[in-house]
Amino acid sequence: MTSVLAQASDTVPDDNTGYVAAAYLVFFALALIYFGIMAFKLQRLERELVELNELADRKLAPAKPDAAPAETTP
Amino acid sequence: MRTVLTLLRKELLLERKVPQLVPAMALFSVTTFVVFHFALQQRDVDGDLAAGILVVTLLFATILGINRLYVADREEGGFDAFLLAPVDRTALGVAKALTLFAFLVLVEFVMVPAFAILLFGPGVGWELVGKLVLVLAMVNVGLSVIGALVGALAIQTRARDLIGPLVALPLLVPVVITAARALSPVLGADGPGAMEGQFLAVLGLYDLVFGLLAYALFDFLLED
Amino acid sequence: MTYGNRLRATSIAAALVLMVAFGLAFFSAKIEADQGFSQKIFYVHVPMAIVALCGFVFGGIMAIQHLRTGLAKYDLKSYVAIHLSVVLGVGVLLTGAIWAKAAWGTWFEWREPTLVSFLIVFLLYCTYQPLRFSIEDPEKQSRYASVFAVTAGAFVPLNFLAVRLADPYIHPRVLNQAGGDLPDSFRLPFYLGILGMALLFSALYQYELSHKNSRAQLRQLRRKLGGEEEAVGRSAAPQVSSS
Repeated sequence: MTSVLAQASDTVPDDNTGYVAAAYLVFFALALIYFGIMAFKLQRLERELVELNELADRKLAPAKPDAAPAETTP
Repeated sequence: MRTVLTLLRKELLLERKVPQLVPAMALFSVTTFVVFHFALQQRDVDGDLAAGILVVTLLFATILGINRLYVADREEGGFDAFLLAPVDRTALGVAKALTLFAFLVLVEFVMVPAFAILLFGPGVGWELVGKLVLVLAMVNVGLSVIGALVGALAIQTRARDLIGPLVALPLLVPVVITAARALSPVLGADGPGAMEGQFLAVLGLYDLVFGLLAYALFDFLLED
Repeated sequence: MTYGNRLRATSIAAALVLMVAFGLAFFSAKIEADQGFSQKIFYVHVPMAIVALCGFVFGGIMAIQHLRTGLAKYDLKSYVAIHLSVVLGVGVLLTGAIWAKAAWGTWFEWREPTLVSFLIVFLLYCTYQPLRFSIEDPEKQSRYASVFAVTAGAFVPLNFLAVRLADPYIHPRVLNQAGGDLPDSFRLPFYLGILGMALLFSALYQYELSHKNSRAQLRQLRRKLGGEEEAVGRSAAPQVSSS
């Protein structure tokens, strides 16, 4: 880590600026990781909703007279 | 109050009939001194180091005790029997804390002389013993209050041997800090020095706060 | 009942306030005389720490509510607050290490009582999840977790007191963090930073509650439609009953 910061001395000024950038990057990374977790959770919710929607369609379908008499569930 | 005394008598009777915890904790603490001797490569210690070794050894012996404190009640059905009895549930917690306190005192009767013989450099006088007893008594209160609470918390978990120490250790860090800082002048190389009152005050505050807290919370750890 | 009603407003407010706070920190606050530019870490590190600690205590207060009323929603609130505070705690320790390295040349400074206290508190709260996870009965799980949360919530201030005392000589502290002698140009971005971080915490808190509620609602809908229970992996998170 230190060597990385030392190497960065020709890209950032040599007065601890790298450390400040690193600290704010940590905060940024944390927020983005949380963003990723939120995305993952949304994905799961979406999948479940689609599934439920299909389930609801299937439930409502036998109401029509020409529906196949496949529904023999007790 | 009578319930507490009855329960306390039961615990002490059990330990006297089948000594289990106290010998184990005492043996463990003496072994720990040997380990410290080799790990630190010191023939005798004083001051900060002595205080640290003493407090840490007591802490680890307590962790050993916390893990076993409720095992008999859980495995032999002591909890169920207690819950059937028409008594205040908090009594069990108070009794357990008192039991652990008594065990710690017994352990210290072995541990402190062993420490003085094996590791402690400076001579031992009455002043030192008096101050040591005062600090250890306050430490014991903190250890046994947290022990009774965390032990009851951990006993119901699947990984109780893991959860107990994991929760108890950080909770007891303030006890270690204050006790070690209070004891280090007492165990100084040039005989017992004056203790700094602020550490004892914080230790007392810790005992008081967690004592009241444990008393208020213990009820929730039993009802089933 | 829905939890996400103010989610949009809180998120926007958090983004705005944090942007202004960080902007002021870099463009308006003066460079501190002793530490130079690295003192700017202060504006992200300290607000995070303050909000995380308040989150822990808030989790304890919600746990008291849970023990008193027995309502599952308070357990959920306590869980979410502690969970988020632990996440913030990771950020606090990382930024703290970076700051310590920049200011004193070491990644960890034992003579800095606030950092040490925070580490101890963080280690304690790291056991919250394993504790929940290792109790199977959901009712018992929430009750025990609340007992833990109350104890740990009381531990936070006591621990700070003990650690602060343990260090009799004061390490050259950057700033008196009580705010007493903060220079004026430091004060506004610092307070805005705390406000912004609190808003961010609140937004994430509402998001988590709203998400947990959505899952519960979905589960209930599935049951109504007669679908089979989806196989949920064992989770340490409290299950809310949708109402």
